[in-house]
Amino acid sequence: MLAFLLRRLGLLLPTFFGVTLLTFALIRLIPGDPVEVMMGERHLDPQAHAEAMQRLGLDQPLHRQYLAYLGQLMRGDLGQSFRSGESVWAEFTTLFPATLELACAALLLAGVLGVLAGVIAALKRDSWFDRVLMGLSLTGYSMPIFWWGLMLQILVSVGLGWTPVSGRIDLLYDIEPHTGFMLVDSLLSEEDGAFLDALRHLILPAIVLGTIPLAVIARMTRSAMLEVLREDYIRTARAKGLSPARVVFVHGLRNALIPVLTVFGLQVGTLLSGAVLTETIFSWPGIGKWLIESIAARDYPVVQNGILLIAALVILVNFTVDLLYGLVNPRIRHAR
Amino acid sequence: MSLLEIRNLSVSFGGPPVVDGLDLSLEAGEVLAVVGESGSGKSVSMLALMGLIDPPGRVSADALRFAGQDLLALTPRARRRIVGKDIAMVFQDPSSALNPSYTVGFQIEEVLRQHLGLRGKAARRRATELLERVEIPAAARRLDAYPHQLSGGMAQRVAIAMAIAGEPRLLIADEPTTALDVTIQAQIMALLLDLQREQDMALLLISHDLAVVAESARRVCVMYAGQAVELGTLPALFEAPAHPYSEALLAAIPQPGQTRLHSLPGMVPGRFDRPAGCLLAPRCPYAQPRCAERPALAPSRLGMVRCFFPLNQEAP
Repeated sequence: MLAFLLRRLGLLLPTFFGVTLLTFALIRLIPGDPVEVMMGERHLDPQAHAEAMQRLGLDQPLHRQYLAYLGQLMRGDLGQSFRSGESVWAEFTTLFPATLELACAALLLAGVLGVLAGVIAALKRDSWFDRVLMGLSLTGYSMPIFWWGLMLQILVSVGLGWTPVSGRIDLLYDIEPHTGFMLVDSLLSEEDGAFLDALRHLILPAIVLGTIPLAVIARMTRSAMLEVLREDYIRTARAKGLSPARVVFVHGLRNALIPVLTVFGLQVGTLLSGAVLTETIFSWPGIGKWLIESIAARDYPVVQNGILLIAALVILVNFTVDLLYGLVNPRIRHAR
Repeated sequence: MSLLEIRNLSVSFGGPPVVDGLDLSLEAGEVLAVVGESGSGKSVSMLALMGLIDPPGRVSADALRFAGQDLLALTPRARRRIVGKDIAMVFQDPSSALNPSYTVGFQIEEVLRQHLGLRGKAARRRATELLERVEIPAAARRLDAYPHQLSGGMAQRVAIAMAIAGEPRLLIADEPTTALDVTIQAQIMALLLDLQREQDMALLLISHDLAVVAESARRVCVMYAGQAVELGTLPALFEAPAHPYSEALLAAIPQPGQTRLHSLPGMVPGRFDRPAGCLLAPRCPYAQPRCAERPALAPSRLGMVRCFFPLNQEAP
């Protein structure tokens, strides 16, 4: 187990190194520079421009800049935003709970509904439910997130008026950020209706963000379940006189969840990239929106380190999933 | 009253039946063997008895009675109270018949909880006893083992412990030794027969291994292409088979010094190309014009046979 952990950790270093190189290079490939964006191109005084570039250290050759960036990282310093002067870490930790809340809601939705739908589809294989579900999941998987978000906004928020168009909570409420999770904070605030309002704000973005994972999980659960239900041990379980529900959920689903769990972990990466679009559409004040704005402003430290933090997160989640995998699957646990 | 009475059992999965009018009865405490090659319908008929045939499979029978109860008239829930308790089954491949995600103890205790209402410590104690009964060393420790940590023979013992947990009156063993090493095979058979005698349990042994059958069963039913072709007692049936197929089956046992095995020409007909008359006729060395009709199972000198021209009918 320890050897496994060390081996996995050893693989992390080159991954992180690759991420720093990529983000560093990519953001600099976009035309324009931070000073230009801040001062405006039109009446840019070359003198002032050069001074500002020097102040930010952007007058140095690229390899120098990169080495300086790495050195900074080694010291555990994620730098300051060009725009706000705030430390990147502070901004990240302020905004991250909003993204986490949205992602958790989306994953909860996708996990619960996806597994349930997948199980039913497998049990009623080739029924109309199965066909409709598989058709829908293919549609859901192929749908561009931004289009789907806009359509839902038009239909549900504008047309039917059921949910607010954007934001996390109505401006009427003044919510003290204790945890950063609006659902929790609104409950703590004891303001009437704040919790429900936060929930109404959350529901559409969660659906939009959860659609792709939902589709993937439903399909994966269905196929894993179909495979497991053909196994001999399912016949054994039935020959014991167990109820159909116990056979399906205790003996079937437990084994079918092993591959689903892996997919679930991989979806976290998709989720964070999906969050960038979803948060922008719904003006959700999380790290996705923060990154988009930083790219527009060529805020190099924020883009570089924000993406690095997200990469770290994705790696961490997949690492956890690998560990969980051993927990769910005794064959793996003992093999290590 | 017989413990088990099957009359005219048919199972089909759309198209021609896989099991075609099977009659079988079994007394309490008796050992009956059902023999036949793969695809002869032995396993499917037993799965039908257990209620494990799913749509599109269809099961019909004039009677499917266990201890006087008509199994086909029971609700699924009432039937599940019998299955796994009074009728239990052991399957062919123990390594895939146990759920890989749960410990041995969990899987045995599940039966104890379901059928006997045993929970917690009582269930665990009983599970240990069951493992000891099937001669697993260090039984208490094995309860926490996962199936993949067991050898094939051990896993089959666990499967047997699971099957006898409900103290069944009928144990169906579907090729219980086929997937095991030869040395282990004998041990498992000995264990099954031991349990059968000790608990006065009827044992229905499905096998294609005639040597195993000869050593264990009192009565035997020979199946071919979904039908019972001969019913008789042992050793009489093996000494003087009445059906040409039984004879061919016995002739296929390798003898010392033999260079070629005897075999019938052709193959078992699939369920879509069965002949109109006697199912064996196209392969039968004794076939005559009358064999274009379908024979019924009729009394013979020593048992029942489905043949117009049974062999070995003159008294020796």
